[in-house]
Amino acid sequence: MNTLPIACHECDLLLHKAEVPGARGVMLCPRCGAELCRVGPDNLQFLLALTCTALILLLLANLFPVVGLNIQGHHVDTTVFGAARQLWRDDTPIVAGLLVATTVLVPLVELSVLAWLLFPLCSGRRPVAFVPLFRSLQLARPWAMVEVFILGVLVSLVKLSHMADVLLGTAIWCFGALMLVLAVLSTAFDPRALWQAWEEARV
Amino acid sequence: MSWVTAADRGLAVCEVCGKVGKMAENARCSRCQVRLHSRKPHSIERAWALLLAAFVLYLPANLLPIMETRSLFGVQRDTILSGVVYLWGSGSWVLAIIVFIASIAVPLLKLLSLSLILIGVQRGAPEQSLQSARLYRLLELIGRWSMLDVYVVAILVALVQAQSLATVAPGPGVVAFAAVVVLSMLATMAFDPRLIWGAGSDQQPSERTCEPKPSTTS
Ligand SMILES: [Zn+2]
Ligand SMILES: [Zn+2]
Repeated sequence: MNTLPIACHECDLLLHKAEVPGARGVMLCPRCGAELCRVGPDNLQFLLALTCTALILLLLANLFPVVGLNIQGHHVDTTVFGAARQLWRDDTPIVAGLLVATTVLVPLVELSVLAWLLFPLCSGRRPVAFVPLFRSLQLARPWAMVEVFILGVLVSLVKLSHMADVLLGTAIWCFGALMLVLAVLSTAFDPRALWQAWEEARV
Repeated sequence: MSWVTAADRGLAVCEVCGKVGKMAENARCSRCQVRLHSRKPHSIERAWALLLAAFVLYLPANLLPIMETRSLFGVQRDTILSGVVYLWGSGSWVLAIIVFIASIAVPLLKLLSLSLILIGVQRGAPEQSLQSARLYRLLELIGRWSMLDVYVVAILVALVQAQSLATVAPGPGVVAFAAVVVLSMLATMAFDPRLIWGAGSDQQPSERTCEPKPSTTS
């Protein structure tokens, strides 16, 4: 296995795995410092469990309101979709689409694809459409912005706090938990391990 | 120390699965059957096109109001900068700094530094390679945080509606601003960071070619 060369995806340096200085499970390119690969906990079940947890949190995050306001006895609150609907009505469908895509749709697609890939791999079978789905994972990743959204909610709360009583909704805690699970997931995720499992699996 | 790249050996790394394979015309990865490219095709041209579009939209994004607040006292139009000034004035200094960094500093620095990287690659400045590579990695990491203001507008628009004394509506600036963020992210993705270190084996050797690698290490 170790005789196969690897190449840095950011500077094209050709290396043999044995030459790479490893530090705490992360192998860095000796020339440009890019992350070559992670030696995560080699456990696809662990990844699958995290993925399912994240899916549940994402579902909950969209059922409950994110933030609420009390203005003179009136209570107003909004979910992500409620905010998108209002943006749509206010003639900014692009912004509405971007909001739903980056906070709900992309994470949903990303997590469902990951579950679809990991579930068969855990029992040694090859998932259907592995290659295009893996590619879609790579394309989707930069567009999931749950952590930025959380900060956005906090900033808007501060802006509103002078005119009304602001309340954090249930969903913001779900988004927060989702952010943590996604962070663990991305540190534990080693694409090379997935490809290796795929090569070793039954067709 | 001399470095040998995959391109020097006529090899290319698969963008999808990371396997290194023999580079040839129309070569495909032996593992996942995806087309192999030594460098992303037309990477610099596409990055410039997206980047210039982002530069153009940067002006309306900052000059046009991103939000309009209608209340008994009239209409108040907020640009990105006035939002920061408001936060600063109301005593939320930490948030003012965060929003300033995310919405004003990051987009501008991102556009400028990507331009610098692209110019560096086209001029050929190997001594800057490591700096450019680090800068590029930073851009990939921080670009997304500029979406902050788009989310703030979305939440305010949804919450401050008919029931309250004021109504908040999105302004045209927020569309331009969102477009700047998306375009600059696309520009970063279109650029192939491997070009910082040298052209690929499937490209015309231009003025900027890899220096001949001595076989002995110095
Ligand atoms: Zn490298
Ligand atoms: Zn491949």
